[in-house]
Amino acid sequence: MKIKQLSLFLQNEPGALSRPVKALARAKLNILTLSLADTQHFGILRLILREWEKAKKVLEKEGFVVKVTDMLALEVPDKPGGLASILATAEKAGLNVEYMYGFTMRKENKAVLALRFDDPDRAVQALQKKGMTPLMSTEVFGRLEK
Amino acid sequence: MKSVSQTAAKPFTKAREFHPVSSPDFLPVRQLRALQLERLRYIVQRAYDNVSLFQERMKERKATPRDIRKLDDIAKLPFTTKADLRDTYPFGLFASPMNEIVRLHASSGTTGKPIVVAYTQEDVNVWTNVMHRSLAAAGLHEGDIIQNAYGYGLFTGGLGAHYGAEALGATVIPISGGNTQRQLMIMKDFGATAICCTPSYFLHLIDQAPEYGVDVRQLPLRVGIFGAEPWTESMRKRIEADSGIKAFDIYGLSEIVGPGVAMECACQCGPHIFEDYFYPEIVDPKTGKVLEDEEEGELVLTTLGKKAMPMIRYRTRDITSLTSEKCECGRTLRRIKRISRRSDDMFIIRGVNVFPSQVETALLRVEEALPHYQIILTRERDLDVMEVQVEVTPEVFGDTVGALEQLQAKISKSIETVVGVRATVRLVQPRTIQRSEGKAKRVIDQRKL
Repeated sequence: MKIKQLSLFLQNEPGALSRPVKALARAKLNILTLSLADTQHFGILRLILREWEKAKKVLEKEGFVVKVTDMLALEVPDKPGGLASILATAEKAGLNVEYMYGFTMRKENKAVLALRFDDPDRAVQALQKKGMTPLMSTEVFGRLEK
Repeated sequence: MKSVSQTAAKPFTKAREFHPVSSPDFLPVRQLRALQLERLRYIVQRAYDNVSLFQERMKERKATPRDIRKLDDIAKLPFTTKADLRDTYPFGLFASPMNEIVRLHASSGTTGKPIVVAYTQEDVNVWTNVMHRSLAAAGLHEGDIIQNAYGYGLFTGGLGAHYGAEALGATVIPISGGNTQRQLMIMKDFGATAICCTPSYFLHLIDQAPEYGVDVRQLPLRVGIFGAEPWTESMRKRIEADSGIKAFDIYGLSEIVGPGVAMECACQCGPHIFEDYFYPEIVDPKTGKVLEDEEEGELVLTTLGKKAMPMIRYRTRDITSLTSEKCECGRTLRRIKRISRRSDDMFIIRGVNVFPSQVETALLRVEEALPHYQIILTRERDLDVMEVQVEVTPEVFGDTVGALEQLQAKISKSIETVVGVRATVRLVQPRTIQRSEGKAKRVIDQRKL
């Protein structure tokens, strides 16, 4: 139900983003999706990839600090209020969304949201009760990387 | 073969193994003071007769070697400073003819000319003796395998530790400084039980060890002899926790002899000065007035047993205090408080005196895992700005911006509390701050005044 995300600390300076991306390319690791949070002085690069364990090793060898976080991937119903119902469920359960970002599934042209909850396990339970089952990582990568 | 390595690998204990070489460490105080006076009078006479700069200064003060009747009379003698060593470069302060000098060493000298120090054979023997006693005080003995990662060469660290370790009857690995990967490989493969290097270099080694598949905690290594740069009690805690060894503080400086001026015993409560060879005073760095034991000031040392280059009242620039409080180990030698700052490391920012060690303390207060930092001083619109760069470690890194901003804020606050000056904190990627294989460069002053 949960998928792994790698977070990297980056300094806010020219070339900071290309170093990790190049390292992953050299190791022939495909990035499924990424998002970048930045402030004036630093940034956090968040990556989702199938071979996250290998990617973590590659990045750490390059000198990056890497943190693994559990994310929930949810298919957003293609109708008005799709996201709102996810958030309402979280709110009722007293769960916080730390951040989220969206991506699309290439083949099925479906929108998927990656959500970072403060308590991912509880979030899975709460969402499942409402019939919103987070995608398994095999589903995410299976659909996307063929 | 097996039994040897077993002896060497036995865990550190507080057992008072007695090394005959350590006997002078336990001299009754009265006897020690009498010995010091006798040696002081000899060395002052020797300097007066052979070093023209010293004789001139004595004459200016209308003082003669005969004025030294008791130890306190040392206050009548002029100070010697690093500038004197530079001004008389290279051989101006030698008291022995060249044919009696068997060794020359020199400081790293990052600015201008280095300073040069000389040894007669007897001086080398004295140095060997104090280093031998230093290693013995750390609980090392015959059968230990000592990895000597101090630089060999003009720097006194390498050869000083080397001679002491050989005199002890230990096995020396003269690996010298640098080449982290090889250091770790040899430490593991040779089964080193002790290492000599700077504390910041050892931190660097243990940080790198996992990358090379070495688990320092699993190695026979049990003792570290760390010196050649100021370090803090928090650094010691971190070293000991992360590597499972006992970390000892050794103190020395080339101008006096090299390493081996003072060394900690098993109690780890500040280095004992080998007072039979080095006479310590604490003075007010501004006025030069001699202070009492327990008072903080600049350490001033007089060599009592060095012939080629007697140093009379040498200003070390190291800030510490002397204590004559009894040590559990039974040594009668006075101890100095750990030196974590030098009066010339100090910088002034917006009128406040700041020592890099204070910044370090502030960082370690926030989080035990922030050992790598650098202070950068700049001037913006006539205002001093202090930026503290801190490397982010896996222990403190979170995946949210908020967590990092919180960390930044905590560090800022801690610095402001400890140092009394506000600093801009900048988190940087690991290994972006230059690692020295020797001494850590903590302050970069880019202010153009």
